[in-house]
Amino acid sequence: MTNQTAFHAGLLNPSTPVPDGLTDAQARPAGRRYGVYRNNVTVSLREALAEGFPSLVGLIGRENFDHVARAYLRQSPPTSPLMMHYGAGFPEFVASLDQLAHLPYLADVARIDVAMRQSYHAADSTGIAPTALQALDEDTLLATRFSFAPSMILIRSPWPIGSIWHYTLRGGHKPTGHAEDVLILRAEYDPEPFVLGPGAGDVLLALRSGTPFGPAIEQGGDGFDLAALLNILLSNHAITDLKS
Amino acid sequence: MPDASHSFPHLPALPGVGYKAQHFTDILNDPNPVGWLEVHAENYMGDGGRPLAQLRVLSERFPISVHGVGLSIGGEGRLDPDHLGRLKHLCDWLNPASFSEHLAWSTHDSHFLNDLLPLPYTSDTLTRVAEHIDDVQTVLGRRMLLENPSSYLAFAESTYSETDFLAEIVRRTGCGLLLDVNNVFVSATNLDYSPQGYIDAYPLDAVGEIHLGGHDEDEDDHGAPLLIDSHGREVVDPVWALLDYTLAQSGPKPLLVEWDTDVPDWPILADEARRAASALTRVSS
Repeated sequence: MTNQTAFHAGLLNPSTPVPDGLTDAQARPAGRRYGVYRNNVTVSLREALAEGFPSLVGLIGRENFDHVARAYLRQSPPTSPLMMHYGAGFPEFVASLDQLAHLPYLADVARIDVAMRQSYHAADSTGIAPTALQALDEDTLLATRFSFAPSMILIRSPWPIGSIWHYTLRGGHKPTGHAEDVLILRAEYDPEPFVLGPGAGDVLLALRSGTPFGPAIEQGGDGFDLAALLNILLSNHAITDLKS
Repeated sequence: MPDASHSFPHLPALPGVGYKAQHFTDILNDPNPVGWLEVHAENYMGDGGRPLAQLRVLSERFPISVHGVGLSIGGEGRLDPDHLGRLKHLCDWLNPASFSEHLAWSTHDSHFLNDLLPLPYTSDTLTRVAEHIDDVQTVLGRRMLLENPSSYLAFAESTYSETDFLAEIVRRTGCGLLLDVNNVFVSATNLDYSPQGYIDAYPLDAVGEIHLGGHDEDEDDHGAPLLIDSHGREVVDPVWALLDYTLAQSGPKPLLVEWDTDVPDWPILADEARRAASALTRVSS
């Protein structure tokens, strides 16, 4: 009898022999016929990862990516049929690899790829009208708490990950070496990563955790540009509610 | 999420295509639209965004078939209640014209393998598959269609032919069948039997939908042909001929052209659908 434990065991481990009880039409051992399933599993998971991590493919090249992806999928196959979520742990895996330690920013750039996918599938929401903030008097505004779109995702890194992501996928200026906070926003259906200015990440974290506007913007410090932050939030419909 | 505003009670006996997001505008603008569309259930289980928005629009214009690829009906373990719940949520929202899944397994020990894996045909597996189909039909509150697989190998322990196995499943559960004629051709070639003989033995009365797709060619260890179900190219002539053979016995059925990898531009897929339309015309004239 060929149970699914035996059939499964060899799919992700090429050194496992073909299970007994599998044959061709002449009752000969299945051999490479079993390999079709083994290949289907590996290739489909590898392709899913490549599609989900375009910036990583761009940064290390497809051949290296396939090598890393194969190691990951054998160690961490999907645990759900929702392939849209597969690879959430891939950045952490990338960070753990000695052979990629010379590219310390890779994992954080890969987190942008994960977040872009999460944002794409996040629940729909409606942004407030840009005039809603202007309508508040100063005291009310300072005491107001913000709600944000489920598609908004903040990634903070000691590396210029937003610039590296843009450069890798869209070209332009070569990134320079300073820390970047990246905010992913989805105005309608297409998520877009924005590199935040100084202090904006701290302000957003405070706002997202329910701190009122007044104390939250004090987190921004000297170089913080409030108008720039509000502009990208409002124009991308990222603020969904105001609570006084 | 609001209910889809329009619903179609069943799939028409016309050609449809497997829906790909890149064809959205082409499909809506085609002056000779296809009769219906099929979507893979798992691609529409996110919380929102473009996939669900597109599906909402398409469901107002086209009968939709929801085709699951991840339920693991042939699995040894019980069905994943979370996944069954997600399917119910999708079907309740969309009220599709059809729901179908595969005679295959894909989940084991909490691993999802993203492939349709084979099972032996025995009285034990028959009992298990029938129980799983009962569960699906009970939870979804609708009759499902079960699709025959592409096989690359045989199980020494099998005691049923695939057609007898499927007929008995239909008898026990009342489910319908999705007959994939490309899978029949692939399996018949790989396991050295007659595809026409398979159709002759197949319970055609239970067919609610027919699939067509392209396959790749390889060889086994002994140099024998080994066809791989790839859905990455045109349907080959012998499969079109097998479709004609089938339709001559079954009468007109909803036909679906699947093209899932190396997806072509819309006109090429539309041509395949037109070829399916002419097969239907031949049988109904």
